[in-house]
Formats: sequence, C-alpha cells, structure tokens
Amino acid sequence: MTVGLPRIGVITFPGSLDDRDALNAVATMGGTGVPLWHGDHDLLGVDAVILPGGFSYGDYLRCGAIAGHAPIMDEVRSFAERGGPVLGICNGFQILCESGLLPGALIRNRSLRFVCREVTLRVETAQSVITADLTPGETVAVPIKHGEGAFMARPDELARVRDQGLAVFRYAGPDGVVDDAHNPNGALENIAGIRNEAGNVVGLMPHPEHAVDPDVGPTGGQPLFASLLAAALAGAGA
Amino acid sequence: MHRRLGLKDDEHERIVATLGRDPRPAELAMYGAMWSEHCSYKSSKIHLKTLPTEGAAVLVGPGQDAGAVDVGDGWAAVFKMESHSHPSAIEPYQGAATGVGGIVRDIISMGARPVALLDPLLFGPLTQERNRWLLEGVVAGIGGYGNCIGVPTVGGEIHFAEPHSANPSVNVMCVGLARAEDLVTSASLTAHAGSLMVLYGASTGRDGIGGVSVLASATLDEGSAAARPSVQIGDPFAEKLLIEASLELIERGLLEGLQDLGGAGITCAVSESAARAGMGADLDLDAVPLREPGMAPFEILTSESQERMLAIVHPSRLDAVTAVCERWGLGTAVIATLTRGGTLAVTHDGSVVAEVPARSLTDDGPEYDRPREPRAAVAGEDPTFAPFDGDPWSALLAVLAAPNVASKRWVFEQYDSIVQGQTVAGAGSDAAVIRVPGTLKGLALSADGKGRFGALDPYLGAAHAVAEAARNVAVTGARPLAITNCMNFGNPERPPVMWEFVESIRGMSDACIALDTPVTGGNVSFYNESADSAIWPTPVIGMLGLLEDYRLRVPTGFPRPGLSIYLLGETFAELGGSEFAEAVLGVVAGRPPALDLAKEAALHRLLVAAAAQDLLASAHDPSEGGLAVALVEAAIEGGHGFAVTLAGDLPSHVTLFSESASRAVVSVAAEREAELLEAAAAHGVPVARLGETGGSAVLFDGLFETSVGALREVYESAIPRLLGEDEAPA
Amino acid sequence: MMFTFEVLVSLKPGLSDPAGKAVASALPPLGWTNVREVHVGKHIELTVEAADEPTARAQVEAMAERLLSNPVIEDFRILETAEEP
Repeated sequence: MTVGLPRIGVITFPGSLDDRDALNAVATMGGTGVPLWHGDHDLLGVDAVILPGGFSYGDYLRCGAIAGHAPIMDEVRSFAERGGPVLGICNGFQILCESGLLPGALIRNRSLRFVCREVTLRVETAQSVITADLTPGETVAVPIKHGEGAFMARPDELARVRDQGLAVFRYAGPDGVVDDAHNPNGALENIAGIRNEAGNVVGLMPHPEHAVDPDVGPTGGQPLFASLLAAALAGAGA
Repeated sequence: MHRRLGLKDDEHERIVATLGRDPRPAELAMYGAMWSEHCSYKSSKIHLKTLPTEGAAVLVGPGQDAGAVDVGDGWAAVFKMESHSHPSAIEPYQGAATGVGGIVRDIISMGARPVALLDPLLFGPLTQERNRWLLEGVVAGIGGYGNCIGVPTVGGEIHFAEPHSANPSVNVMCVGLARAEDLVTSASLTAHAGSLMVLYGASTGRDGIGGVSVLASATLDEGSAAARPSVQIGDPFAEKLLIEASLELIERGLLEGLQDLGGAGITCAVSESAARAGMGADLDLDAVPLREPGMAPFEILTSESQERMLAIVHPSRLDAVTAVCERWGLGTAVIATLTRGGTLAVTHDGSVVAEVPARSLTDDGPEYDRPREPRAAVAGEDPTFAPFDGDPWSALLAVLAAPNVASKRWVFEQYDSIVQGQTVAGAGSDAAVIRVPGTLKGLALSADGKGRFGALDPYLGAAHAVAEAARNVAVTGARPLAITNCMNFGNPERPPVMWEFVESIRGMSDACIALDTPVTGGNVSFYNESADSAIWPTPVIGMLGLLEDYRLRVPTGFPRPGLSIYLLGETFAELGGSEFAEAVLGVVAGRPPALDLAKEAALHRLLVAAAAQDLLASAHDPSEGGLAVALVEAAIEGGHGFAVTLAGDLPSHVTLFSESASRAVVSVAAEREAELLEAAAAHGVPVARLGETGGSAVLFDGLFETSVGALREVYESAIPRLLGEDEAPA
Repeated sequence: MMFTFEVLVSLKPGLSDPAGKAVASALPPLGWTNVREVHVGKHIELTVEAADEPTARAQVEAMAERLLSNPVIEDFRILETAEEP
C-alpha cells in the first residue's frame, strides 16, 4: 500500500522535450514526479506513467515509431494491461498509437505547418483516468504545439472509436461547439484525444502540463492532472 | 590558389612572412577560412573596439563565445546574436536551421542552458514570389530546428524592404542561464599542456566546405546555385543530445574547457581553444570520425558539419567524459593534445600537413582600416512637410495592413514558444518575458533594427535601434541591462558602405553609453549585396533587461475597460522614414526622428519605477507606425476598445503617424492617475491624457469611429493574404 | 553475402495525404496541368548481410512490418537492387 503523494513516472526518450515540464506539473498539482529512462526495464514502482511531448528520435521515420520499441515500453505495456494509468501527451500519444496501446495514428497537420496556440477542448467522456473529475460537454483551455497531430484511423478502427465512445476530447470553439473552423490540424471528427476501452490508457495531442500555471498560460490542465493523480492514488499498490 | 580560397594577394604575402616560407595547401585552406571576413572580422575589428563594453552587470564581454550579465541571486544570463544570411539566401530552410544550431552551441559552450530564441528577419517585399519562398523557408527552418531542440522561440521581428530582395537577413539570438560560478570562459580555463581535445557529437563530412570563405565573404551573383554544396544540413535531434550531454559534462565538473564548432570547423575550434590558453596543439586528422571516405586534409580541417563540440579534458577524466557522451548516444574522439609553444601542428596519414602559429590564425590575423566616404543623401522631399489631404481612416488601414506592422501570427504560431514552461509573455508583447526558475526574476528580451532610418542616416538608425530595443524592454517594467548585436551591411570594400558601418558603430556607441547598456558581444555580417544593390545599413540590437518580480510585468494590451489612457513623452512633426510615408505616400525619404538620449533614459527610468509600484495597467511603444497604430494594437491585443481625443496643433495625420522617439502609450486605473502624473513630473517626462478604454468601438474623436473587430480583421489578414491564403491559418 | 533492398512505404489508399495534395497543387502553376494524382511516401535503402537472398528478403519484410512502416496507415513494397559476395 502506498502512503502519501502519488508517484507519477515520466519517461525520457532521446529527444523528449516536455519531460521536465511534465515533472513540474505533477509537483505543482501535488504529486511526486519520478524521472524514468527509456533504456531501463524498470518503472520504479510508480502509480502512473506519463509519456511526455517532444521529438523522440527527432521524429525520424515516423513520430514515435522508434520510441515505441524502447526497452521500457515492455514494462509500460504490462503496467497498462494491469490497469495502471498511462497518459501520452503529444509525442507520447504518437508513441502509444505506434505501440498499439491505442487505436489510430497521428499524421501531418493539413496545413503542413507546425502550430502553437491555445485551443478549447470539449470533454467527450468522464470514463478515463484524466477526465473522471469532469463532465461531458464541459470545456477546458489548453495549448497545442505540433506539426503531426491529425488523428487518423482506418474505417474499422474509427467505427470502434465511435461505438465504444473512445474519444476523450474534441477540438471546439470557445462556446464548446465542435466544428471544422476550430479544427487546428484536420483531425478526424476533431478528435484531440482518445482512450482505450478500459479508460486507463489515454493519449491527447494538447499539452495539459503547460496549462497548470496561471502565470504562463491557461489552466485547463489542472482538472486533468487532478483526475490522473486521483486515479494513481486509488490504484496504488494494486 | 590562394585567391580561390578567398585570400587576397597581400594576405598571401603576410602568410609567407609569418611562416617564413610558402604555405602548404592545407595551411592555405586554414588561413583562407580563419582570415575570411566572417571568421576574422578583419574589416570591422578596429571599429568594434570603440564600443562600450563595460558595466557593473557585465560578467563576460566580447571575445568569448557569448556575452554574460549578472542578473542577481547567483544567476548569469548568457546571450548572443548571429547571422546566417548568406546560406539562407541559397537554401532558406537549412540556412535558417543551421543558424539556430550554431548560436545555441555558442550558448552551451559557455556552460549555460539555452532558454530562449529570438529571430529578427529582413526580407524583400512579399509581392515578389522569391521573397515569399524565402520567408516560408526561413520560418519553417527556424521552427523545424528550434522546436525540435526544446528551446522556445519567444520573439523577434520581421521587416520588409526592397534592398533585401534576394539578400534576406537572418539573425538569430539565443539566451541561456547558468550559475555565475559555473560559466565556462578562457579566464576560468584550467587547461594544461597535455590536456586532451575531445571532439564529440556528429561525424565530419563535406558539409559547408568553403561556407565562410566562399559564401559569407563574397557577394551573391549568378553562381549562387552552384554554391549549394556549401550549405550545411542540420540535425536538431543530434543538437538536443549535444545540449544534454554538454550540460551534464559541465555539471559534473569534467571539463577544462568547451568550444563549439561553427565557421571554419575543426581549424577554428582547435586554434581558438589553444590560443586562448596561450598554447599550441598537436592535431591528428586520422582521429577525426568521418562520415565520408577519402576526405582530404583540407576538407577535414574546414568542414562545417553541424552538431559538433570540442571539449578540453584532463587525461584522468577521459573515461568519465566518454561515458556521459555514450549515454546520450554521441560518439567521442580524442583528436588533439594541448602543447607548449603555441604551434598548431596537424598530421594526416602519418605526415605533417600543417604547422602554423595558432595565434596567427586567430588574434594575429589581418586588420583593415578600410577607406570610407560619406554616401550620397537619399533624394526626396521630407514627407513631414508633404501636404496630405487623404482621410485618416484609410491611412490607418493602410498602415495597419503594411507588412512591417501587420500581425505576424502566421509566423509565430509556427514556433513553440512555451516549452520549458517559463514564458510569461511571448509574441504580441513589446518584449518577451521569461522567468528565471527558482526565483521571482524575469528576463525581458527584444530584438530591433531600424533599417529604413539607417538608409536615411546610419548614425541615427543605429542609435534608434538601441533606443527602441531598450524602450521595448522598459515598457514591460524591466530595466535594460546590456546588448548583443548583429551588424548587417553591404560590401566593406566599397567606401560608402564602410562609412555607413563606422557611422552605425558611432550611433550604437553613443546610445549604449547614454542608456547604460554595454555591448557584450555580437556578430558582423558584411557582403549583403548582389550586383548593384546593397542592403540598408541595419544594425540589429538584442536587448536584455531584468524584472526583479516577473509578476509585476506590464502587458502591452489594454487589460480592462474603464482605464485612463496617457501618452508619456512628446509627439513632434516627424514623418521621415515612417511607415505612413512608405505605406501611404510611397516614399522613403527625409530625416529620421530626432533622438534625445537623455529624454529617452528618463522615460525608461519612469517606466521601470512605475512598474515596480504596479502603477501601469499596460504600456506600449508607439515608434513603429506611430500613436494611432500603438493605440489600435493595444486594443486588439487586450480585447478592449477605446475613445481618445488627440489635441495639439499638428495636422491630424502627423499626430497619428509621426514616429517620434522617447514615447510610451500607457493605461492606468482612474484612481491612480494622480500618482502617474507625480511620477512623470519627478522623472521630467511630459505626460498627456488621451482618453479611456472600454467597449468594442474605437473612437478617434473628430476623426473617425470604427470597431476593434474591424481593425483586428485588417491587422490579422494582411500577411496571410499576401502569402495567398484566404483564411486564417488552419 | 550483401544484399541491398529498397523499401517503398506509402500511405494506404483513401487516407488523407496533405503532402501529396500540396505537391499536386504546386504543379499546375509550373505548367503541368495534366497530373491527376500525387502521393508522397518514403524510400528506405538497406544493405543486409545474409547467407542467401530469400533469407535476406524475409528479414527485410519483417523489418518493414515491425518498424519501417506503420501497418495502421501504411503499405510497403520491397525491391531488391543489388547483391554482392
């Protein structure tokens, strides 16, 4: 049984950039951040795992493709199978898709340009480790910064996403209306983040770790981290 | 042979005299690279020596890889600006990308973690397809590289001017943070004879051979396409690994010295490191890891392959250094040993291919005092006195839509401005503000050039650039501390260009002294011309300021309705070189606005003091476009309209668009107006009340009324339209 | 023996191909108005040491499935280009 603050692991791959930022966000939100190394086969007994944003392996070949085969991904896979909370942010989301832990894939933005700006996300379901504290239909403001963030899926996968309600966030306007004008990258059905069936593995392109500190940006990431830390604490020792 | 390497006949004679014999081919290649304008500063050195470089806050001045200032609490801010204009004109993406890579390596070689990038850019008019191609490529390259290494790009500026068609200026500024006691400089060097020089990072190929000597030191002409192999290719992933490995090496105290490889590659890094330590070196080219087989000695010596660093390591620490590099996936190779005596001896395949005094390559290179003669004055009537009977409303729209003024969102949204989580203010603010982690301090950063003023009067253009950079920092509430700079000029062998350079140095010097912002280093980019036209003399100033409490930073936009709007400073009839004159009258002529440096300094002191008392709700510099533009920008940025009455005897278009210096447009809560008046009086700064913020309308009493929405539409759509995009970026 | 293969990776038909679209719209202004479709993919060259060609090819297929392509969104083709003792 774990006593005290939830321990959240953040994996550093060669080229990870927002790993330190994720560790800082965990600390800000009341957890203990634990740095993990891609080359190790050890999750150090953490209660949740974050795969952070960045350009692991330079995005060479495909975003997240090489990182998906890192040694530590064996442990992440078994941790996820046991129901452990796993959050993939941006490049982390790409790695989860490449590893088969989430359906679909992320391809190049339709504008063919990198885009860094604040967006509004509409919550689609509370059945995930990062939206348990939220209500479907609610909106949060979070920044995006990516060049390959358009969610794509084969027709059969997309059907599964729809039938099982796997979309966690959609890009929306400030009033919560989901439309193409507010789709920053061409993602299918404005999908910004999805979950696995059990809801313990979540990937999203926006950066909640850059949305917990009002001095530097919006605070839409706070309820997401609160949910994750609660899930980590609840499952701790399981 | 020496001429093909860019060496002049007298330089060749000088080499012969130094060596006491004819130089070997590899030696000629080394001198060709090291004595090129880009590496040796031979045309500018004697003038740069006249710049003010000392100040209470300066920890490291010119002469090292970057400058550094003390920002308190044991922290040092390390910063420098460099140009990569010539490669960008040929291959804009890689030219810009490798420019970012190079300046970042300069910062880490001082032992600092890079925390911010700014990119001041100059292009020709967007109505020409080639200039659109250059803009798109350069912005993609800066983003492609900068975003991938985890350093936020938080500011910069973009100006457009005809002389920059086919001669873009790509300047990149990097800022880093280090504990002051950990700074790596030649003063802190503890290198000994017998210490090893370890090359780590990427392998060495044929990239950019002749880059500095061929490209950066010669004007562009018909052979440009053939110069393509001289352009270097960047790998930002390798750079990110280099950053982490280098900082870990320094943190663990494993190094005696650190140098980055940039222009002139191994030759420069080895000779500079040795010369700075007062020593020589034995360099074995066979030890250099090569990417391509069969490279000749001169190729290995002058290759500009990217993402390489040179560490000076005591033999007892070599294993530890190798282990750190391996953990980060970087190769290492011991390529040289420091020796007593000062000779750089180079071997390849068992034989000596070069033997030269290290200092002859670096400090004892040629220095020229090139002839100069004043350039003819720019023709044309001063637009200040040209009669204007157009309507102010259309004039405002024209200026707001002018590419120099219009929103650069299309550009800055391609840059990651938030990684590292310390960006308090980015694009849209007069100066970027980033936090110093673990403290309440903020660094305010701005990069500014005034090419159009420089075209009319190089002395004033340079002085205004310094003043505006300091003003941009001061309006955020930060105290301007010091500058770095990039001098962008034409061919120094032409006396009028040399005259422009010397006048610019004079202007920069006077302004830096008056504003107490010493020069900590910088870069000179000459030969920015093709065929018959040179760029306008454009010193670009990178200003660094300090906010003791980042929470007291003053925003640019009007934050609330119901605030009182004031103008600090005075507006004079000065339309020379203004946006209005170019966008509405179609002329670049007249005298730039006057610059009273004492008044300017007083304004900055007032702004800093007022911010410290949390007195100002917002502050914005009106020098680019004038008062009307500043008011509109503050409304768009903050989301609140305003109503103002502009009094005075000047014709309305002059009041609206004059670009007089030493002014700031501020907003203040009604109950604190008396305090503002008192503070202004105490600092000797004139002050005038203009009106109030509020609502969604914009009213210039007696002139016209419109809405924030309509103005925002014009402001945001101008650049995307010029680039052929109908909607806002998707 | 050394075998050199080219692996051509392309997006599955029907998937959105922004790079292909960008190239397709850039061609007409340059004078080619008769181009119907453009798809942009990847070309990877590998030199593999193996006892014989079928062994080498089987290995490259496995590499292509496991790493070089993403079966969710991509197809691949393998061409052998050279062999050396």
